Amino acid sequence: MTIRARRKERLDRGIKVRATSIYGVSSLKEIFYLMAPWQILILGLLIIPLVLPSMYWQRVICMMCIFALLGIAFDFLANFVGIVCLGGALFIGFGGYIAGSLNSSFGLSPALTIPIASIGGAAITTLILLPCLPLRGIYFATVSLMYPLMMARIIEALGIFGGTDGLPSLATYPNIWVDQYLIIGIVLISTLAFRRLVNEDVGVVLRSIKDNDQAVRASAINVTFFKALAVFIASIIGCFAGAYLTHLYGWVGISLFALDFSILPIAAAVVGGRGTIVGPVLGAFILTPVSESLRAFGTLRIVFYCLIMAGFIVFMPEGLIKYFQRKYHQFEHWIEV
Amino acid sequence: MTETILLRVKGITKSFGGVTAVNNLSFELVKGEILGIIGPNGSGKTTLVNLITGFVKPQSGEVFFKDKKITGLQPHRIADLGIARTFQIMRPYHSLQVYKSLITPLYSSRVKRTTGGKLGDRDTVAMDLLEEIGFERDARVPYKLASSLPLGYQKRLELARCLALMPEIVMCDEVFSGMSMAEIGTMIPLIEKLQMEGITIIMVEHRLRELFKLAKRVLVMNFGEKLAEGPPKEVIANEKVREAYLGTETVPC
Repeated sequence: MTIRARRKERLDRGIKVRATSIYGVSSLKEIFYLMAPWQILILGLLIIPLVLPSMYWQRVICMMCIFALLGIAFDFLANFVGIVCLGGALFIGFGGYIAGSLNSSFGLSPALTIPIASIGGAAITTLILLPCLPLRGIYFATVSLMYPLMMARIIEALGIFGGTDGLPSLATYPNIWVDQYLIIGIVLISTLAFRRLVNEDVGVVLRSIKDNDQAVRASAINVTFFKALAVFIASIIGCFAGAYLTHLYGWVGISLFALDFSILPIAAAVVGGRGTIVGPVLGAFILTPVSESLRAFGTLRIVFYCLIMAGFIVFMPEGLIKYFQRKYHQFEHWIEV
Repeated sequence: MTETILLRVKGITKSFGGVTAVNNLSFELVKGEILGIIGPNGSGKTTLVNLITGFVKPQSGEVFFKDKKITGLQPHRIADLGIARTFQIMRPYHSLQVYKSLITPLYSSRVKRTTGGKLGDRDTVAMDLLEEIGFERDARVPYKLASSLPLGYQKRLELARCLALMPEIVMCDEVFSGMSMAEIGTMIPLIEKLQMEGITIIMVEHRLRELFKLAKRVLVMNFGEKLAEGPPKEVIANEKVREAYLGTETVPC
């Protein structure tokens, strides 16, 4: 009796080797292959509003981008700095309320409120998270999750910033194209910028802190300062998303501190692939429409949502992007052994 | 030749709960020397290193670096003064490539000050440093993940991380442990070279034979206290030291 077995053999395509040599630019096909990943991302993002022009999709696209930004912030902090930050709702809340109150009290236009809210919100977020930065892992996560809940209760109890009613009739964007392309542009820039940042020397310092903060301390680096810097950078895009959301709906309310903003980005990072920055963007673009389409099932949608998540965690724990990366870099074929 | 005292430890004490890890210990470190610190397991050697570098705060006692008190300072402040250390339990930056492990110390303000801001490309400096410390300068090893290195190379990398800080004092916490004789053989000239370059070295070791080739002065610790201090030969002949290492020879009757 002969036992015939097959196994998958993987062979490197050697893209990296060719990319650094003259051979890399010797054929058009190669050039396209090398450029493909980023081109797909950039063109894909720019085309989406054109292929999905309905009212329903316009809102979904905006939400996708907001979650993509929060996903990038989460992925950057968790997988490149070692801070598990569930502060998505905190970023959105601070960004939103700052932009909202500036607009309603002083009548500033979105062109001013959004930058102010992004930077100012990031500064405040960093400041209130600063005392907790020495905490690690789950402890920091708990604190960052607690803050938005606390903020919502404070606003409710004191009746400040419009209390439970929120601040209505704020400025909105001139038209639907500005709506969409503003945030798509920011998502693109953030993705590219964060990918760049983690490979710069500052990024390497941050990654070192994640791997072994004691050794970084012994290397004369102030760990708390760099952690705070990382939180600041990440919360800029988070607070931007909040300020953007405010002007998208023309309204600010305590629902900006909703837990969805903290939890969904993590799910996006799991689905898309942790530690890739692009992963959470892809994850958000898959999960948000799914989440929206499941709205028809009412509260039952949580069940479907959990099933999808569980499926990803069991069958593709590395996430989609890492899977695609492997396909991109390697051939696979069956051989008999 | 006048001896400059670089580091002065005065009556330092640290206890963890009921265990006194370091008890009223004092010693001085002369500029340019190699001081060995030996002692049986659990005698407080690593705690001493942690106390000096600020990772552990002492209950009493003081440490002076160039007559400036450094007890109570944050670890990164002490490192910033030029006191570098290796860790006994190594955790290399597992997600980083070997040469990228040296970016962190090169990014510090100490290096910027020392080089006057003329460091240039950190990647290149890191590569040079790796070569100096005995890494092959080829297309593979420096680009490997730091965690994939064999132990001997990880220890070298740990030392390279210290040197990248351009330190005045390097405290080596058991760099020889777990290394083969051949590896130690290549490390000894390296450490001698560092001494020639003017770096003062404290070596916490268990491998006495190799240590005695380097250190001209040895401090013996037992139960957190100083048992003996002096040249290796004297220390080894000391009755108390033999007792601590080998136990007393009593005839049961």
